[in-house]
Amino acid sequence: MTTEIRVPEMGLVVLVGVSGSGKSHFARKHFAPTQVISSDFCRGIVSDDENDQSATGDAFDLLHYIVAKRLRRGLLTVVDATNVQSHARQSLLRIAKEHDVLSVAIVLDVPERVAAERNATRPDRDFGAHVIPRQRRELRRGLRSLGREFRRAYVLTGTEEIDAATVVREKAWNDRRELTGPFDIVGDVHGCRAELEDLLRDLGYEIDRDAAGRAVGATHPGGRTAVFVGDLVDRGPDSPGVLRLVMGMVAAGDALCVSGNHEAKLVRALRGRKVRTTHGLAESLEQLGAEDEGFRAAALAFMDGLISHYVLDGGRLVVAHAGLKEDYHGRASGRVRSFALYGDTTGETDEYGLPVRYPWARDYRGKAMVVYGHTPVPAPEWINNTICLDTGAVFGGRLTALRYPERELASVPARKVWYEPVRPLASPGAAAGGAGGHRELDVLKIEDVLANGGVETRLMGRVTVREENALAALEVMSRFAADPRWLVYLPPTMAPAATSALPGHLEHPAEALAAYRDRGAVTRVVCEQKHMGSRAVVTVCRDAAVAAARFGVEDGTTGAVVTRTGRPFFRDPATTAELLDRVRAAIGAAGLWDELDTGWLVLDCELLPWSAKAMDLVRTQYAATGAAARAALPMAAGALGRAAERGLDLGGLRERVERRASNAARFRDAYARYCRPVDGLSGIQLAPFQVLAGEGRAWATARDHDWHMEVAARLADCDPGGLLRRTEWTTADLASPESEAAVTAWWERLTADGGEGMVVKPLGPLPDDARVQPGVKCRGREYLRIIYGPDYTEPEHLDRLRGRSLGRKRSLAMREHALGVEALDRLAAGEPLWRVHQAVFAVLALESEPVDPRL
Amino acid sequence: MLLTITTTHDQATDLGFLLHKHPDRVQRFEQSFGTAHVFYPDADEGRCTAALLLDVDPVKLVRTRGRGTPDFSLGQYVNDRPYAASSLLASAMANVFRTAMRGRCEARPELPGTPVPLEVVLPALPCRGGPAQAERFFAPLGWTVSAVPVPLDPGFADWGDSRYVTLTLTGTMRLSDALNQLYVLLPVLDDAKHYWLAPDEVDKLIRAGEGWLAAHPDRGAITRRYLANRRGLVRAALGRLADADGAPEDALDPVEVEEEPASDSTEEPMDGPASEAANEQAGEADASEPAAVPLAERRVQAVLAALREEDARRVIDLGCGSGKLLARLVRDGFFTGIAGTDVSHRALALAWRRLRFDPRAPRREGARVVDIFQGALTYADERFRGYDAAVLMEVVEHVDPPRLGAVARVVFGDAAPRVVVVTTPNAEHNVRYDGLAPGAMRHPDHRFEWTRAEFRAWAEGVAAEHGYRVRYVPVGDEDPEVGAPTQMGVFTR
Repeated sequence: MTTEIRVPEMGLVVLVGVSGSGKSHFARKHFAPTQVISSDFCRGIVSDDENDQSATGDAFDLLHYIVAKRLRRGLLTVVDATNVQSHARQSLLRIAKEHDVLSVAIVLDVPERVAAERNATRPDRDFGAHVIPRQRRELRRGLRSLGREFRRAYVLTGTEEIDAATVVREKAWNDRRELTGPFDIVGDVHGCRAELEDLLRDLGYEIDRDAAGRAVGATHPGGRTAVFVGDLVDRGPDSPGVLRLVMGMVAAGDALCVSGNHEAKLVRALRGRKVRTTHGLAESLEQLGAEDEGFRAAALAFMDGLISHYVLDGGRLVVAHAGLKEDYHGRASGRVRSFALYGDTTGETDEYGLPVRYPWARDYRGKAMVVYGHTPVPAPEWINNTICLDTGAVFGGRLTALRYPERELASVPARKVWYEPVRPLASPGAAAGGAGGHRELDVLKIEDVLANGGVETRLMGRVTVREENALAALEVMSRFAADPRWLVYLPPTMAPAATSALPGHLEHPAEALAAYRDRGAVTRVVCEQKHMGSRAVVTVCRDAAVAAARFGVEDGTTGAVVTRTGRPFFRDPATTAELLDRVRAAIGAAGLWDELDTGWLVLDCELLPWSAKAMDLVRTQYAATGAAARAALPMAAGALGRAAERGLDLGGLRERVERRASNAARFRDAYARYCRPVDGLSGIQLAPFQVLAGEGRAWATARDHDWHMEVAARLADCDPGGLLRRTEWTTADLASPESEAAVTAWWERLTADGGEGMVVKPLGPLPDDARVQPGVKCRGREYLRIIYGPDYTEPEHLDRLRGRSLGRKRSLAMREHALGVEALDRLAAGEPLWRVHQAVFAVLALESEPVDPRL
Repeated sequence: MLLTITTTHDQATDLGFLLHKHPDRVQRFEQSFGTAHVFYPDADEGRCTAALLLDVDPVKLVRTRGRGTPDFSLGQYVNDRPYAASSLLASAMANVFRTAMRGRCEARPELPGTPVPLEVVLPALPCRGGPAQAERFFAPLGWTVSAVPVPLDPGFADWGDSRYVTLTLTGTMRLSDALNQLYVLLPVLDDAKHYWLAPDEVDKLIRAGEGWLAAHPDRGAITRRYLANRRGLVRAALGRLADADGAPEDALDPVEVEEEPASDSTEEPMDGPASEAANEQAGEADASEPAAVPLAERRVQAVLAALREEDARRVIDLGCGSGKLLARLVRDGFFTGIAGTDVSHRALALAWRRLRFDPRAPRREGARVVDIFQGALTYADERFRGYDAAVLMEVVEHVDPPRLGAVARVVFGDAAPRVVVVTTPNAEHNVRYDGLAPGAMRHPDHRFEWTRAEFRAWAEGVAAEHGYRVRYVPVGDEDPEVGAPTQMGVFTR
């Protein structure tokens, strides 16, 4: 006789048998080595002796720990221990239950003689002869209850049956990962058959009808599959009609359907259980009463067979009636089913007597999209990659479907109010998953930004953030930064070009160009004028409606202007609003909304003058230094002059002080050039140089820099008020000495009168070489006095400064760039706020790493 | 960078003996941060000028500082240190004129004890408090003071004056006293020191201040500034000064609002001593009243009373700052579980010290002080959960208005304790503070201050959204027109 043992792909298998019953052999034969955890192995780990019975307690602690870890990660786990005692099995079952997985027992029951013989051949097993009979007695006692303890229990009696047994892996019922769609996921129908037919027709399904004209199936010519989130029945006018149609679709493979709580209750009612016929159940029972017995039986079987959730499309999509938290995806237990059918209720009720639901979606951080219904909402809304499709069709709302993977919504209006809602549908109290039933906004969690092991990026893999840097960023982010919904990007830092060896220069175009030429992977670079201002990231929406719909900001603001540390650029919101109006007008006039097919854009800009943002710094640091120098140096020169007249040998000190006075004057001119009075927006200029992202597209990486500079120029041309300013730029062919000479001359012209310099970047996409910087800056000689001090050009200083080390800065620039691109990718793809914020936060955290601030 | 000392004493060149530096020589002295040069621009019998020229090397200067120094920023590379008369100059003086400062002269033992006519010039003295402060510190010592402000930038007249003055001191003085006074008062006026404070700073101050500091009317302020507001050091120094003066210690510890560090901690300068002072003045109007309890204390008492009333024994202080409320909770046996969180690491470090809490030690099950940790109220945090009550004492006004919704969702929606106590200034009351300009707020970091109606509107909205009831309690003396200085909301559900 061959026993076929079915074990779940994800779950716990407990081998039960006396010592010497052949459990280890059985496990080796049927399971992978890493799937099997044996008590002997654990005993060995904690004592170096697999038979040291005094180590048993610690060994089982370890065994339980490993089992728990594996089950948490959804791995099939086989426990190879005698497990003849009930309490030993109970502790394993508890772990399985905690992780919501099925458990199977396999009993290997061999005659005592066989076990004793086997043990005798193993000299290390020299325990007394009484042990096996005792184990066997315990096993016998436990056999009766095994069936109750485990989902399934197999008893293999005798060595023949044990040797003949086969083990097959069984997929979980909810595991339909092989189905990749495309899907049309349909919200709560509640007996609204006509609306369902309308919706399916709109979605392109062809409806099959029986002789009586009743819809009995629907097929999509494009091969799409409908997925129903449950609650097909109750309240509405034709629950049997809906069942007939959906049953037909499911039977024909045109649809999947999960159970809703209303199906569960209807099943109990049809089975004759005592249930209260509230919430529209009475209508269903009455309508089904008019059907024939055959249909009723079929409907009962259909509803009874519905499972509570599906995992689809390789694990990327989960459908459950009331949603499902990540820990429960693909799991099977009573509480998983309860969550899927009823949601995570807090046990409290609201003012209408309806259950208060725990806002699981707000905390959801899973990768899979979760689509559900159950709680009527005025309009479907994405919350952390989850969406509720119950738009209250039966209450006179709409019947809604989500097209997957397109993420597009389709809906049809209800033909009438079929059922009066207990609480008003359109009120804010009717929305999804919220505590107290209120509209739920995205709430960030501390683990989104702290101790999360870093951020996974497309460009560089995992970028780690050290705890102390994250904590520093936490302070800045929460005390000073703009609203995270607007803080969608922070600009990465940029390393300077390698240090120049030219006399009098610390930075020069030769090294900036060589940086790319020597790597070989880049042939053309863009050289952009570096304005001496302050970095500004401008996020602007076409109108307040876009701001509300796309960014969830409903206070009327239509964007933000933030600094490189995420602070609002202007203290006065009215100034921000005015600037956004101007930028918006220019984008409109340039036709970019349509051209880029978006209702919002994020622009990387420099805001001038420097003094607009940095006035405090200018005064307390730069002007103060200049003032002290102006007061002290001439007086020192005078004293030295008198001493020289006395004939004292000053050893060059006098000349040195005079030279320093002249350096100080140049330093003053260097900062003064970037200062001019501003009042509100007057005097302010904004120089955009990159379109970072719009709906569906991270333009920063999707277009070459010449495209960005041309768009920037168009924006400047479309702003008659002169707020938007052009940025000079050129390109260079790295193979051409003439091109290099032209760029050098251009840079010299830009910097001769104190201009900040230029930024050099690969013109096209960044090559796949971790050593190629996304950009390098090349700053002007006079400008650098602000950075390195008035006297940095003195040979003794310059020589020392040439020893500056760029390694950390370069590494930082690469990592921040990867994070910046990641934030834009996530933003453009419509990922949840926490995903975008995580990458943005990490940039700020990295910025707190100690790196020479002069670089 | 430059100090000149001129005497018009007959036999003016005696200055060379006093300073132990020959008038006809140019001498250099290497310092850790540069080179000090001593030379005499003038040296005849009628007038002799010694110049100390300090050539600060900014690169060396940076290297004398550890990476953990407060400002690892551009400011340490481009700054006024090479030009200004700061603690660097004081250091160089101590090094170059050590013997003169001790009042010794072996060649001419009678000279140091003799007051001589002196003129001291510092072309660029950083002077916090402006010319008046220089006058205030130097005049009591017998100097005639001329302090001329240096404009910030002549090209930008509207920027006004810089914090530098060109200081000229004239008087008849023992040279050693003059040097010691400069040694102490240069960094005091600058109010910034270039090196870390070590305990021997107290000794240096006592030594240099011998004979003049104990009698100086501003000795408290001078000591405090010199020791850069390090409380421990300040107290030790004040105590020793008191001994020298034969005065009680308290007498030397006047409350000086100006000396409160504005950004050093989460302490609130306006709401702290200033408003307390205002409060006390208000109290003085009614002479029969005993001295008023400071507002900060009344606020703590009101919060503790509200917690008791609601029988909230496990309490988390959200925005605990340096842990003042936590310390009070710990002292009160009524409270069985106490936790605090703040976003400022600096404030937390103070709280850890105050409560002797080791953040690195594993948390003990059942400990009364459950945890004191860094967190932000704009992020939902499981560590905020599990308490009977949360206290937000003077916290919400530090939150930007667009972020208040997030804070409310985190506190009332996510942590959702049974009781939430919120205190915040009553903006209407600000007109009662003499020191506060109309429309100004009590603390530079306040993002707003609410009137009573505004606070109620916010509180009602939060309570309705998250299922709480709220009652309001005025804290501090209630003014019939403008209400109490602090308003408190007690939310329960």
